[in-house]
Amino acid sequence: MFLFFLSSGLFLGWTLGANDAANVFGSAVGSKMVKFRKAAIVASVFVILGAVIQGAGASHTLGKLGSISALGGAFTVALASGLTVFGMTKFRLPISTSQAIVGAIIGWNFFTGNPTDYSSLTKIVTTWISGPILGAIFAIILYISLKKLIRKLQIHLILLDAYIRNALIIVGAFGSYSLGANNIANVVGVFVPSAPNIVLNFGLFTLDGVQLLFLLGGIAIAVGIITYSKRVMMTVGDDIMKLSAEASLVVVLAHSLVLFVFSSSSLSNFFVSIGLPAIPLVPVSSSQAIVGSIMGIGLLKGGRNIKFNVLGNISIGWILTPILAGLSSFISLFFVSNVFKIQVSEGSEKAANQAVEIGLQTLDKANNNSIDLFQPTLYAIILALSAGVAFLLYKQTRYKKEKNIASFNEQEKTYQIQTNLLKKEIESTNLTNKKLENEVNYKKQELMNFALSIIQKNEFLEKLKAKINKLKDKSDLELNHDDLNKLSRLINENLNLDKERENFDLYVSDMNSEFFFRLNKKYPGLTENDKKLCALIRLKLSSKEIASLINISPKSVEVNRYRLRKKMNIQHDERLSDVINKL
Amino acid sequence: MKIFKTSKSVIKNIDDFYDTIDIGLLNFKEGLKHYLDGNLAEFEKKLRTLEKLEGKADAIKRSIENEFYLHSILPNFSSDVLRLLEKSDDIIDMAKENLSQFDVEIPNIPEVLINDFIRLADISVAATENVIPSARIFFTSPDKAKEGLQKVAFYEREADKLANQIKRKLFREMDELKLSEKIHLRYFALHIEEISDASELVSNILSALILKSRM
Repeated sequence: MFLFFLSSGLFLGWTLGANDAANVFGSAVGSKMVKFRKAAIVASVFVILGAVIQGAGASHTLGKLGSISALGGAFTVALASGLTVFGMTKFRLPISTSQAIVGAIIGWNFFTGNPTDYSSLTKIVTTWISGPILGAIFAIILYISLKKLIRKLQIHLILLDAYIRNALIIVGAFGSYSLGANNIANVVGVFVPSAPNIVLNFGLFTLDGVQLLFLLGGIAIAVGIITYSKRVMMTVGDDIMKLSAEASLVVVLAHSLVLFVFSSSSLSNFFVSIGLPAIPLVPVSSSQAIVGSIMGIGLLKGGRNIKFNVLGNISIGWILTPILAGLSSFISLFFVSNVFKIQVSEGSEKAANQAVEIGLQTLDKANNNSIDLFQPTLYAIILALSAGVAFLLYKQTRYKKEKNIASFNEQEKTYQIQTNLLKKEIESTNLTNKKLENEVNYKKQELMNFALSIIQKNEFLEKLKAKINKLKDKSDLELNHDDLNKLSRLINENLNLDKERENFDLYVSDMNSEFFFRLNKKYPGLTENDKKLCALIRLKLSSKEIASLINISPKSVEVNRYRLRKKMNIQHDERLSDVINKL
Repeated sequence: MKIFKTSKSVIKNIDDFYDTIDIGLLNFKEGLKHYLDGNLAEFEKKLRTLEKLEGKADAIKRSIENEFYLHSILPNFSSDVLRLLEKSDDIIDMAKENLSQFDVEIPNIPEVLINDFIRLADISVAATENVIPSARIFFTSPDKAKEGLQKVAFYEREADKLANQIKRKLFREMDELKLSEKIHLRYFALHIEEISDASELVSNILSALILKSRM
């Protein structure tokens, strides 16, 4: 049940991780100085460490502001602030988790009728102003010092780049630690009074109930960083003004110092020991600290590069956040209390204060519920190591498998490429064959035309010759010798039978070279005239046409066809033209 | 750490790159003088050396570019730094091209113009000799890099004037030369002068980079 109620706090932790990690590593990742993976791992580890080791300080003040004694109330308050943060982030409005939780607690105070501890509220609200101012002061001092140092040392720009990269990781780790230490109060601070009363002994160290709560909160922030902060980091970098690498480093360092100052009880005690007033340990807004630091640098450079419209949006966000969170907390509490009938407060102020005291001093009381976890921890470490080794082995095997698959795919790809090439080659050959076939058909047609023109011409000339013979039979007086001579010359010029026939023979043998080859192979005993006859039959010419072509009578063609049938051993029921065409 | 190893290798490469350009330009100047003195064998030697140096500068520049892209070095002004290197490389490319043109076209330079050409080469190269130290110093003390850049502008203007003087002499005073010869020689004056122009371009990029680094 406790874990169910804690889920809203963990959700708030997730949103904090998603948004506020960008304050620490945003400019470094956005400017590609640090890779996101490295940034996420460092931030996650140090946020958890900061939360567990130094998270208690700021929780005290938040607990005093509104001592939410009932689990249902804590759940609703955390959920209301989580939803406010998530919603405003969705609308790309800059937001502070600290302000959201403070607003939500005040909403709870109003709903339950508990009085708000105005001294704690004043302390917290003061840090909303002093936090950015302190950030600006730190940033100015650090930036001037860093610039002087760089100028004095005359470090090569590229070496400086390497130093800054490493410094960004170190400072980022410090910033994440401070973020965890200071802002864990925002995430699970309201659950402190309801923390389980146990102490876990891991052999090397112990964790009490509150620290366990902080550990869970820290893990939620880390999950937020890993799963959702990349997008924010990539866009947040240059929002207010474009920063150089050195300025980014200074901004993150100044921001981390502000968070550290407001969460370190040792530093506060040290101040008291030297006679200075104690530093209030309150959760400061990480976003406000970063904005203050960037403003400090901007002002140092004359304020020209600051995008004041972005600053205006941030200011609106700062005013809206506590109001919206307070309202949503009040409304949610109304529903939770009246609709779901869940108890959201213990009822009296006294009881609440007692609960807080109980929560904050769990360590003393928890000694009674100490659980020795040394052996389980040892087993867990061994198990984790074995799992790690198994994972590595699995990864290596998978890598090998993937490599094999990749090589197989490569081979298959090559094979496919070759197949495609062959296919294309076949296609191209087919295309050439078709083209050649078309050419042959065209030539056949041409040959036919050629043959027909010879036939027509010969027929015409035969008729002409007959006419001339008739003219010759007439008496000398009737004849005009000149006309006759002209006619005769014309006939000789046009007839020129031998020449055309020669051309035709050449054409036929050229066209049918392959056919003749097959004919010779199958019927070796055929004469040249037989072969020519076969070629003409293949052209589907009639006996009369063949006779005219080769200048013999149609009867002779018939006789030749008969002889050919005999030579080729063709049966009665078979047609000569069919046999020839099948060749 | 790998990043420090990479950084040191890039720094060494940048130094080698500018050393190569420096030596290349000395070879250019010497080669040109040998040509004008009629010492063609020595001229040839210098040309070959310059060709090798130009190739080396190209290879180093490519290697620096690779490192920059691979390790996202100086992400805020990597493009400007790479442009600076690219344009610096153009100077040695131009010097080699210049000497090659002398080798291929063998221009006939009249006795009266020899001294002018030598001076033009000296002044043009002087512009580069001032921009390269500025480029080197930019990486360690950007504020000091500005000092040498004034001289670059001065030498560029001087080279411009001298080239004009040569061209004026060619076209107004030397009637014994054919028009084709005049035009031929004019181009050689122009080519030598271009080295100072390229140096001025590098100087401009450097000025912008200095401003950016101060921001």
